[in-house]
Amino acid sequence: MVFLALWQGLASYLNSNTLPTPIAVARIFWQDCVSGQLPFHLGVTMLRLVVSFTLAMLLGCAIGIVLGRNKKLDTFFDNWLVIFLNVPALVTIILCYVWFGLVESAAILAVVINKLPNVIVTIREGTRALDQDLLDMARCYHFGRRKTLVHVIWPQLHPFVMGATRSGLALIWKIILVVELLGRSNGMGYQLHLFFQLFDVASILAYTFAFVAVIQLIELLVLKPLDKKALRWRR
Amino acid sequence: MTDIQISINNKTYPTATTPSIANLKLSLNSNEFVCLVGPSGCGKTTLLNIIAGLDKDYDGEIRVGQQHKQAKIGYVFQNPRLLPWRTVRENVELALDAPQSTGVVDDLLEIMQLTAAQHSYPERLSLGMSRRVAIIRAFAVDPDVLLMDEPFVSLDAPTARRVRELLLDLWRQRPHTVLFVTHDLREAIALADRLIFLSASPMQLVSEISVPIPRTERHDELAIEAFRQQLLTYYPEIKQLL
Repeated sequence: MVFLALWQGLASYLNSNTLPTPIAVARIFWQDCVSGQLPFHLGVTMLRLVVSFTLAMLLGCAIGIVLGRNKKLDTFFDNWLVIFLNVPALVTIILCYVWFGLVESAAILAVVINKLPNVIVTIREGTRALDQDLLDMARCYHFGRRKTLVHVIWPQLHPFVMGATRSGLALIWKIILVVELLGRSNGMGYQLHLFFQLFDVASILAYTFAFVAVIQLIELLVLKPLDKKALRWRR
Repeated sequence: MTDIQISINNKTYPTATTPSIANLKLSLNSNEFVCLVGPSGCGKTTLLNIIAGLDKDYDGEIRVGQQHKQAKIGYVFQNPRLLPWRTVRENVELALDAPQSTGVVDDLLEIMQLTAAQHSYPERLSLGMSRRVAIIRAFAVDPDVLLMDEPFVSLDAPTARRVRELLLDLWRQRPHTVLFVTHDLREAIALADRLIFLSASPMQLVSEISVPIPRTERHDELAIEAFRQQLLTYYPEIKQLL
């Protein structure tokens, strides 16, 4: 509330195009919602987010667990991992578009490649920290692969998976916007680019708020309940 | 009936120069309660891990009955090693192959007086209770041999005595072959049919002694103390192993 009041005060005082008042932003937000523009572009971006996030997490967890459990593979891939971890996002995006064309799959691939090394590294650290005593117990009582993964390994990896999820969502949002800006003709990134060319700061802010709202909803409706369920055994 | 033959010619850790275990032969009769007594660090845990199949890097053979198969093992580790994110009951049931043994779990929980705590998570249990859960898990799988690695260490004396009595109750109702590691001679006498004394590096058998005290008198601390004194007088060589 204080923030909104300050913003309103400052904006009316400056009376400039570069800082519209919150009321102006709210008006545009409402207009674009009603016209269907904002929901459409937000939806497209969300769809890309879900697909690339799911792919990156599944692949990253699988590879991370394997590397964490297997020293030889780990030393072999360690350098590659560091390289991919540090290649600028822009480079992979441009290369994907150049090699595979300005298509949806190239966009998704670019996002996944950018996110994957992060997940792998986080899950690998988690796997290295697994409690050998519990693994021995599982072996002694013939748990088998599936039971060991579900009941012994996965609960121990949970904090690492949640860490990778949170940092991953933040990273993927940012990368998807760049991907859309460079090579797609819809989505939030494309729209923001358009507004930038029109110098339409009010629209940029309106879209940003839509964004923040979605992120808060994901945290509140998906991640927090997951945390609560998985950590119910803690004192 | 399964009896178990353990013969380990040599077990040397990769970084060690001398073997931890050399030329050790033990045999366990079926449903016999055997206590292994030896100084700490003499390789008792190593021996249990070999029998449990957790350590395969050794020269020797473990035989169960007439077959050369991996024995079905119940292992009570020094730490209870319960999964903190599973309840008491889930921890026991996870060790079972099939869920039809739930009746068995009910019985075991009852004997160990843990029925009320069966849906609690291990972090909310006391150490004594966690140890009892680990014992239940080991009995629940109906093992060929039950390995127990100082399961009552770091419990206070009254709690240890109580869990010990519960263990004996359980064992009387569901007899199994037990190999119990301890360095507490009184505890060993209270529990065992037979005591096996082991020396340190390399671990070797020093003496085997049967405990003649009838099962009904095992709670009598005077009888146990008297037998302990007798042992120390007749077998002076075991003094340095305690």
